[in-house]
Amino acid sequence: MEIIPEQQAKERIATVIARYFDQQAASGRLFINLGVGIPTMVANYTTNPNIFVQAENGMLGVGRAASEDCMDHDLINAGRTCVTETPGCVYMDSAMSFGMIRGGHVDATVIGAFEVDEQANIANWIIPNGKQLGVGGAMDLVSGARQVIVAMQHCSKNGRPKLVHQCSLPITGFGEADMIVTEYAVFAFEHGHLVLKQLAPELTLAELHSLTEASFL
Amino acid sequence: MASDKLRSVEQAIALVKPGSRIMVGSFGMAGYPRELIEALAASGVSDLTIISNDLGAPDEGLGKLLTNNQVRSLIGTYYNWNPDVAAANNAGRITVQLVPQGTFAEAIRAAGVGIPAFFTPTAAGTELAAGKETHVFDGRTCLLEEAIHADVALIKAHKADELGNLIYYKTARNFNPLMAMAADTVIVEVDEIVPVGALDPECIVTPHMFVDILTMKGA
Repeated sequence: MEIIPEQQAKERIATVIARYFDQQAASGRLFINLGVGIPTMVANYTTNPNIFVQAENGMLGVGRAASEDCMDHDLINAGRTCVTETPGCVYMDSAMSFGMIRGGHVDATVIGAFEVDEQANIANWIIPNGKQLGVGGAMDLVSGARQVIVAMQHCSKNGRPKLVHQCSLPITGFGEADMIVTEYAVFAFEHGHLVLKQLAPELTLAELHSLTEASFL
Repeated sequence: MASDKLRSVEQAIALVKPGSRIMVGSFGMAGYPRELIEALAASGVSDLTIISNDLGAPDEGLGKLLTNNQVRSLIGTYYNWNPDVAAANNAGRITVQLVPQGTFAEAIRAAGVGIPAFFTPTAAGTELAAGKETHVFDGRTCLLEEAIHADVALIKAHKADELGNLIYYKTARNFNPLMAMAADTVIVEVDEIVPVGALDPECIVTPHMFVDILTMKGA
């Protein structure tokens, strides 16, 4: 089995999600929120002008990252990256921004995760007693966005599967995952079951099972 | 410009008493009232509860208040950008109440608009739901979240008119308009004060009724 290097893995995950959004946006405007890391990279690969990126710190119509010579530190996305405006972009306060999310107006959110389990539970906000203490908008996004897409590398840095029987870390949202995209596969939750939708050409189905703790159809 | 609300930064910060609950607008380093925070750090006023999204970075922005031991407790959403917070919390030097960001924003808005509590599905069943009352609406478990109020709000706006009507700048807006409604005393740092009538009434974000004091660099 061929191991996919980290950067290539991330680019592939972002590209797969971008193609999915491009298709979705073919039938109308699509409003998406992108988390930090691989999720933010999705915007580098989308091509459909009907896709509008919302940032929970109070912006709809987020453009590409700002180049070094035109950074405005009061124009950032939720990952604190300096970004640019798109035509028609709009700013709002944090309550309206989360009103968009909680109110079900945001079509999809893409988030990273430490673990996702067979019950579509997501753990992505904290490692207990660690060096970081924060939840941010993660819980609001997974419970509020109409569709939750988890973008993550298939295994953790120490090689452990991230798709597990049952999450061991604190849960961000229960039963909220709709789709999981890794460098090796695309899964969807359908009628309470984790279902394989797409397999990368580098590996066999048996190899995918060996890298995945969770059971899937 | 003559505004009867205009004070020096030092005069404004003198209103912050030890043990106060202080709300500060910000998201990372965007949209925080820099001069007011510098003055608050210089004042050494301590035992503060700071209500803000995050706490800047170590010894930077709001992070200075923690470095100076002025903080007793924090209420906010995301301290990953300032690892000093987790260290102080793990060592028992401060208490930290984490709130999901959307719930945090809405709880501040609620305080400002006279709503003592509200139900939300966010965080139901998670560790952040511990001890909270629940109710099921349309088959979905929701948490009862209480409004978050402060003694003093420190706000960053872009422009004020002489009455104190406010407009903001890009993503420096964030929690500022909400916090401007949710404290007993509202102190606003602005870049510029313009005559009454100079701001388009259709574009004013915070009406002057909410604003008590204006400060401006060099004023």
